[in-house]
Amino acid sequence: MTTVTADRRRPAARAGGAFPGGRQSAFGRRHALTILAFLAPAIVFVCWFTYYPMLQGARMAFLDWNLWDLTSTPFVGFGNFTTVINDPVFPTVVANSVLWVVGSLVPQFLIGFAIALGLRKRFRFRGVYQALVFFPWAVSGFLIGLLFRWMFNAEFGVINDLLMKVGVIDAPVPWLADPSLAMLSVIVANIWYGVTFFAIMILAALQSVPDEILEAASLDGAGKARQLFSIIIPYISITLYLTVLLRVIWIFNFPDIIYAMTGGGPANQTHIITTWMINYTQQGNYGLASAIGLFVVAFLFVFCAFYLVAMRRSSR
Amino acid sequence: MTAMLSEKPPAGTTAASAERGPSTRRITIGGVARVVGLGLWLVFTLFPLYWIAVTSFKAPGSINRFPLEYWPGEPSLENYRGLFSHSNFGVFLGNSALVALVAGATATLIALFSAYVLARFEFRSKGAVMIAFLLTQMIPAFIALGPLYTMMSDLGMVDNKFGLILVYIAISIPFSTVMLRGFFENVPDALEEAAMIDGCSRLGALFRVLAPVMAPGIVAAFIFNFVNSWNELFLSVVLMHSEENRTIPAALNAFISTFNIDWGSMSAAAVLTILPTMVLFAMASRWIVQGLTAGAVKE
Repeated sequence: MTTVTADRRRPAARAGGAFPGGRQSAFGRRHALTILAFLAPAIVFVCWFTYYPMLQGARMAFLDWNLWDLTSTPFVGFGNFTTVINDPVFPTVVANSVLWVVGSLVPQFLIGFAIALGLRKRFRFRGVYQALVFFPWAVSGFLIGLLFRWMFNAEFGVINDLLMKVGVIDAPVPWLADPSLAMLSVIVANIWYGVTFFAIMILAALQSVPDEILEAASLDGAGKARQLFSIIIPYISITLYLTVLLRVIWIFNFPDIIYAMTGGGPANQTHIITTWMINYTQQGNYGLASAIGLFVVAFLFVFCAFYLVAMRRSSR
Repeated sequence: MTAMLSEKPPAGTTAASAERGPSTRRITIGGVARVVGLGLWLVFTLFPLYWIAVTSFKAPGSINRFPLEYWPGEPSLENYRGLFSHSNFGVFLGNSALVALVAGATATLIALFSAYVLARFEFRSKGAVMIAFLLTQMIPAFIALGPLYTMMSDLGMVDNKFGLILVYIAISIPFSTVMLRGFFENVPDALEEAAMIDGCSRLGALFRVLAPVMAPGIVAAFIFNFVNSWNELFLSVVLMHSEENRTIPAALNAFISTFNIDWGSMSAAAVLTILPTMVLFAMASRWIVQGLTAGAVKE
């Protein structure tokens, strides 16, 4: 499998080039028409139902726009933004978002990496194992939130029951109602959900590491740990960086689990930026929600820029 | 598994093994840790599914009773029966299936065209198109909810399955394009060149020659789109009002808005929601993995 994967990736570099007549010369009007015709449906759909509403939404951030009263939607300048920043909940929400991203991402990464390492070598039921561990992916974040909400239930939840059986706790713990435990609970659910993605990405990257290099290193006396840190990790570092970046963006934008488990409560202790935004849309206040959305976009852009610069510097 | 045959022996087992005794033993300890670790994760992963299934088969009264039953003492289908008799769950299932099927299939077809062009041609705005597609995955969708609602209501398509399908098609296109592009790049150009020299039109070559070769990738993209539309919650809640048009996630959302959640019928509903997507994913997991990693590992 290792060699197959490596070979599969190679044609990619070549594709797009060799085409009847070559890419530069015979690129006539007929090709332009084909390109246009083939791309048009996708572009029309994405512009019409994604970009147009998004741009409108960005405009909405500067309006007092409430779904329940659309008779007047006056321009309020940066009013929505100052309302958001001055909201006493704002600092909590920002801190929670950081905790949510870091607290979910680090364990997801470490466990995912460990699983990928475990799956690197073939074993008898690897295919079956992969299909089974794949399971969280087929479930929506919202349903996963519901599953964990039931398991974390204070009275009849299985987690309390198991922990009491093992003797970790003496009495049932109100996981989702206790402000200091609620965030931990939603993060556990998110870790459960996200490990698969890391495992799959890292496994694919691991399989691109040529066995020959590792064999040579082990003949030279490099132990497993040394191979991991001196060869494997540097070899796949770009994939690791990019996977982490993708996940940061994605977890940041992922309110579903929290929405289903706590709705941001208790006492706003699990509100992250996007659940907070949902809160405003449910109140019909799309002006404020859009302002929050623009904050998210701005933050993610700045973050990506810094991240990519740092990545380029460290991989040089 | 036949693949077992092709496995290479662990490095250095033959000549070097004698003088590297300790390292061989370390491999065994590592092997044990590996099996235990993978096993624990499997249990942890499957337990929530197990628990929701067990809950759904308990008799209504026995869910809230101690000691908790880890296997239904008196298995019962009462929760499922209640779901269909006390709510319109059959209607919700039908709506979700219809919306996800039509949106998933249409999006896959449209993405097939755009992916083909992006994989096979070089043109000036190609990078811009790719970035535009990737950006849609970065911006929080909620920013579009309000305008989407007013836009759809202007078009007379609020509370309309066709309207919801259009939106789902749009949100499925970017990712399936990226995914299918990866599959196209694994198919040699020579294949359609030969077909076109033999007099096939480009469309003919795409559908008669390329599509069969790429069938697993196309099926994987379709399943991915189907599952995403099947699971989508927030757009459905905003755009669909009447109960007859509700999809399953929106129905579950209405379920939890009540103060006392009936976890019996909730878990039955969850099982029925998860089951189809789980079967589909399990069937296509290999291809979905390939599509995802091809798109991500490369760029």
